[in-house]
Amino acid sequence: MTTVEMRQVETAKPGQPWRATPRERAFAIGNFIAAFLLAFVLVKFTGLNGKLGWVLGFFFSYIAISFVAEYARSGKPAAQDSLLTSVSRFAVFIAIIPIASILGTVISKGWRGLHWGLFTQDMSQATVNDPIANGGMLAAIVGTFIMVGLALILTLPISILTALYLTEIRGKFSGVIRFLVQAMSGVPSIVAGLFILSSIVYPVTQQYSGLMGALALSILMIPTVARTAEEVLLLIPNDLREAGLALGATQWRTVAMVVVPAVKSGLVTAIILGVARVIGETAPLLLVSGGGDATNFNPVSGPMGSIPYYVWKSFLLGGTEESSQRTWAGLLVLLIWVMFLFAIARYISSRTKKG
Amino acid sequence: MGDNQNLGQEDSQSNPGEEKKEMKTSTTPRSLADVASNRTRKEPGTNPLGSGLEARGVHAWFGSKHALKDVTLDFAAGTVTSLIGPSGCGKSTFLRTLNRMHEFIPTAALAGEVLLGGKDIYASGTDVTKIRLRIGMVFQKPNPFPSMTIGQNVLSGLKLAQIKAPNTDDLLEECLERAGLWSEVKDRLNEHASALSGGQQQRLCIARSLAVRPEVLLMDEPCSALDPGSTFRIEETISHLAKTMTIVIVTHNMQQAARVSDYSAFLLSDGGPGELIESAPTSELFSRPRDKRTEDYVTGRFG
Repeated sequence: MTTVEMRQVETAKPGQPWRATPRERAFAIGNFIAAFLLAFVLVKFTGLNGKLGWVLGFFFSYIAISFVAEYARSGKPAAQDSLLTSVSRFAVFIAIIPIASILGTVISKGWRGLHWGLFTQDMSQATVNDPIANGGMLAAIVGTFIMVGLALILTLPISILTALYLTEIRGKFSGVIRFLVQAMSGVPSIVAGLFILSSIVYPVTQQYSGLMGALALSILMIPTVARTAEEVLLLIPNDLREAGLALGATQWRTVAMVVVPAVKSGLVTAIILGVARVIGETAPLLLVSGGGDATNFNPVSGPMGSIPYYVWKSFLLGGTEESSQRTWAGLLVLLIWVMFLFAIARYISSRTKKG
Repeated sequence: MGDNQNLGQEDSQSNPGEEKKEMKTSTTPRSLADVASNRTRKEPGTNPLGSGLEARGVHAWFGSKHALKDVTLDFAAGTVTSLIGPSGCGKSTFLRTLNRMHEFIPTAALAGEVLLGGKDIYASGTDVTKIRLRIGMVFQKPNPFPSMTIGQNVLSGLKLAQIKAPNTDDLLEECLERAGLWSEVKDRLNEHASALSGGQQQRLCIARSLAVRPEVLLMDEPCSALDPGSTFRIEETISHLAKTMTIVIVTHNMQQAARVSDYSAFLLSDGGPGELIESAPTSELFSRPRDKRTEDYVTGRFG
């Protein structure tokens, strides 16, 4: 008796009975092949032309065929369900095209321009039309690091405290401030540059500098970081705040020890999104930090280069094969940076909220 | 409401002998009254620890909505009092006026006095954080701090209120022991609180509120989200704690009120603000309610 039971337990295998049966899979593949073939027919006999025509034809015939087939097989509700599924697949495909195309173009054209000198030399001894091995992006990379870093230092306290004002203090003006912060996130970047130019650079410092660039960038960063931080703070259940207060803590003590630690990863994400927002800004930096070909480590004096400036200059002043390669290599470096930052943000925010 | 004003005090003078009589006259076995009279009610003043709490003519509003009307109720030191009544009768609101948590709702307003050790906790110049240290609170939903370990959660009150304790290891063990959780978590104090079950989390929250050594503990339906086993353990915890402190517990569970409390107060709202209908020693309230509405509620005819 026991041996039989034992054997039964041993033979029980984990399975997924809800998965598609071979029959259902064949049905789905059949729909796909039918749409595939119908697309060729459409290109041949109708006004649809070329690759794009084929893709459009394929999607529309796939949507139609799967709807009709599902209707015949399982009835109206199932057909409506499959219609929505195939239409949203189509929408996702359209949304991905530009992103994939940008990535593909930048990587395929940029990777040949990558070389070690890019990170060790600047453009003070080279022109954009020199061979790609002469000169590099050092000035641009250093400039971007310094300006984004300074902007981060300026932005961090202001935007986090703004978010805490909106969610924790909920003062009289929170409605107005929330509206202003939202409106600020729509400010065109060139306006931020012009504001710093007219309010500080012309009347006070009268020279280009990295610090001015950082100020302009932080105007753009503050609303992004403050809004994201506000959103993550709003996710904290009120129970936690009350638990802290009921233990005899002051409000700031509760915020510092309970609320902020509970959203640590969300706040880090907010900061990274803010950095990613400004790292590619070109217009405001052209106005207030100028753009340097020589590496400048001093943020308070003299023009400072940046990666977007490097790209802009290579493209505008060039015209040769070399300058074009510089442009694409610069874009690739920038893109890698932005992707890297977003990947970190995603990793941190997807981690279980234990820490 | 005038005739109810001093019920708490009258009750506290009532004779424990009455309970025995009550048991004999009771005909239905295992009734709430039986459950309640199986407890030995603690008489006020028998416990040297803790301060009593007295609510004097407490009204509460949310904006223009009058939520609670003229509640006067005594909580004698070292006793357990349960607040019962249907949803929306203002019992949680009343509980939150007792440690000044009511004022966190932006539109909240209040009238009346709450005396802790004879002093009004709403008097101007009162340090509200000190009040909340003396009157702890356990919430309906277990709410341990997610960013802290089990051990850190228990001691969080000290850090939050910036209190220095000489030997936190002993305090940690003592609080968890009193909350009935020590044996279950003593080997996993460095794990995050989210690793515990709901019932364990609630006992962790109780341990957390004990660490700052409150004199009064307010519990807002502490078992409503828990399974019967956890509920049983928390009720045991309440019985242990009642030896050293004053406890006020809001509950929807009549059986629970009968099991854990020395005194019970029934609140009711007839569409308007919640009012205190009756308060009495628990065994009396469940066996010989003076008010028809109390009787209807405790016998399950409405609510």
